[in-house]
Amino acid sequence: MSSPALTSAQAEAAQPRGLRAARPRGPRVPRGLPFIVPYLPFLIAFGIAPMLYALDLAVTNANGGVTGFHNFVRTFRDYRFVPAFEHILLYTSVWLGTLIVFVVGLALLLHGRANRVSATFRFLFYMPGALAGAASVLVWLFMLDPAVSPGSFLLRHVLGAQLFVQSIAPGHLPFVFAMIAFWTGAGGWIVVMYGALNTIPDELEEAARIDGAGPFTIALRLKLPLIRKWIAYMIILSFATGTQLFIEPQLVNEASLGLVPDTWSSNQLAYQLAFRYGDFNAAAAIAVDLLVIGLLAAVLIVTRTGLFRREG
Amino acid sequence: MRVTARGLRLLILAAFAIFFVIPIGWLILAPTKADGALVTSSPLSFGSFHQVALAWDHLDAFSDHIYRLWIGNSLLYAFSATAIVLATAIPAGYGLALGNFPGRRAVLTLTLVVMIMPAAALVLPIFLELNAMHLIGSVLSVILPFSFFPFGVYLAYLYYATTMPRDLLDAARVDGAGEWQTFRRVALPLAKPIVALVFFFSFVADWNNFFLPYAVLADSSQYPIQVGLSNLLSSTPSFNPAQGGGGQQVNIFRPELALATLLAVIPVAIVFLLSQRALVRGMLGGAVKQ
Repeated sequence: MSSPALTSAQAEAAQPRGLRAARPRGPRVPRGLPFIVPYLPFLIAFGIAPMLYALDLAVTNANGGVTGFHNFVRTFRDYRFVPAFEHILLYTSVWLGTLIVFVVGLALLLHGRANRVSATFRFLFYMPGALAGAASVLVWLFMLDPAVSPGSFLLRHVLGAQLFVQSIAPGHLPFVFAMIAFWTGAGGWIVVMYGALNTIPDELEEAARIDGAGPFTIALRLKLPLIRKWIAYMIILSFATGTQLFIEPQLVNEASLGLVPDTWSSNQLAYQLAFRYGDFNAAAAIAVDLLVIGLLAAVLIVTRTGLFRREG
Repeated sequence: MRVTARGLRLLILAAFAIFFVIPIGWLILAPTKADGALVTSSPLSFGSFHQVALAWDHLDAFSDHIYRLWIGNSLLYAFSATAIVLATAIPAGYGLALGNFPGRRAVLTLTLVVMIMPAAALVLPIFLELNAMHLIGSVLSVILPFSFFPFGVYLAYLYYATTMPRDLLDAARVDGAGEWQTFRRVALPLAKPIVALVFFFSFVADWNNFFLPYAVLADSSQYPIQVGLSNLLSSTPSFNPAQGGGGQQVNIFRPELALATLLAVIPVAIVFLLSQRALVRGMLGGAVKQ
């Protein structure tokens, strides 16, 4: 750290006083660079390098020979590949549908309310967010067991399930996982949407009211279009997250005696290829498939929605 | 008409509140009852504190106090990774916000892209990389990837870019402070709220992470609590009838599993309750007006 200080002192001595605040030129270390140096190894080692390495594995074979798209074709032809992608796509669409309808709907309902009532509801909706990861899945395994669930009435009459294994019948799974994801994550999104609604100037709402618009019209015609980019953000991000599904089917597999296959989702299939078969090249090919979806979504959000500032 | 509309609105909100809250209520009450009572009594009734103690004894006895070890591991992984995150992310955010060097925009964009990309997408690639480096099964294979937290960098960047008066920094420089001293004496003390926010998000993300430790750790004594819970789940005969006999021996039934889940979320729940306002601000980080 001493060298930039030294050179800056030299620069000061060489320059007239008024110019000192201007950016010094010369052999000086560019301003700010030393501060990102400790972070760079982590960005490279656990952000960029894994992607490049996975890509490298995906286009080579176990001996390191380049095989082009062979691993991608090979994994695509795997009998578990298409069902796994079908599962996660169905799950993701159900989840996205519920998110869009209920998150936006509830945020609009909350936005019209008195502040304290609204804050209480937001907090209640948000609470399950504390139970992420394995905890939320375990809670829902209990909720889906008709023997102990407080919603056993619903399980018996809506799902027609008398036993736990009937609740997690293969046809139910995309909906069950969507419900778990909604339960843990919706509250956070409602808070985000509510915050976005609060950025709408009061005068705008006032003007619409004077023009004779009712609360319903204001919500749909005025508020909804103004939070459009936040809804887009939620959809793209949730789509990318949804395709990565792993923990939910993995735990359900463990709790169902293998009734639910351990290759239910694409990430699980990649995991099994690596761990059970030691086929790292095939695992890498599927990981790259999923990585591309995640990357595309991220790039889309950063470059298109304008939600994230990149200029100081 | 207005009254019915208001009533309907309240009804919808209340119905969703029930959906979100009841499972948590059930989870809190379940350890107060014996496994049989969970089936026979009303799902939301209270049993006794004695049962909670009994459930804890069973849980604690499981596999030679391994539950305590899992909690300890989680604390170790989350605290050490978060310490590294704070040491790297706060200066990085500062450098990106107020610096001027070639590649600044590229680093910022890469950070943003990796931050928005679902973390799970990187788990298998990181596993494959660590495998090639023969780090699998080491504690470092969890702590080091956890220490990369681009969201923390972005939060710090946003904070310095929007709230740090450049004049203040220039004034410090005029007074003869070097770049490092300017950061330490002026920028760092001003960053207290952001340090708390980054700490919170990083800690919670690490504590709740399941997939990465599940993939890179082999020995159950190294598991963090999230992976430990899945281990307990496969020992519970209620969900795994094949464990019938085993379940009897290890005494892990539904109340024990519920207690294990409840205790596992307590650290995060406490921070959640304490910092709800800060959290909301963080989630809206991207919404700050330009």
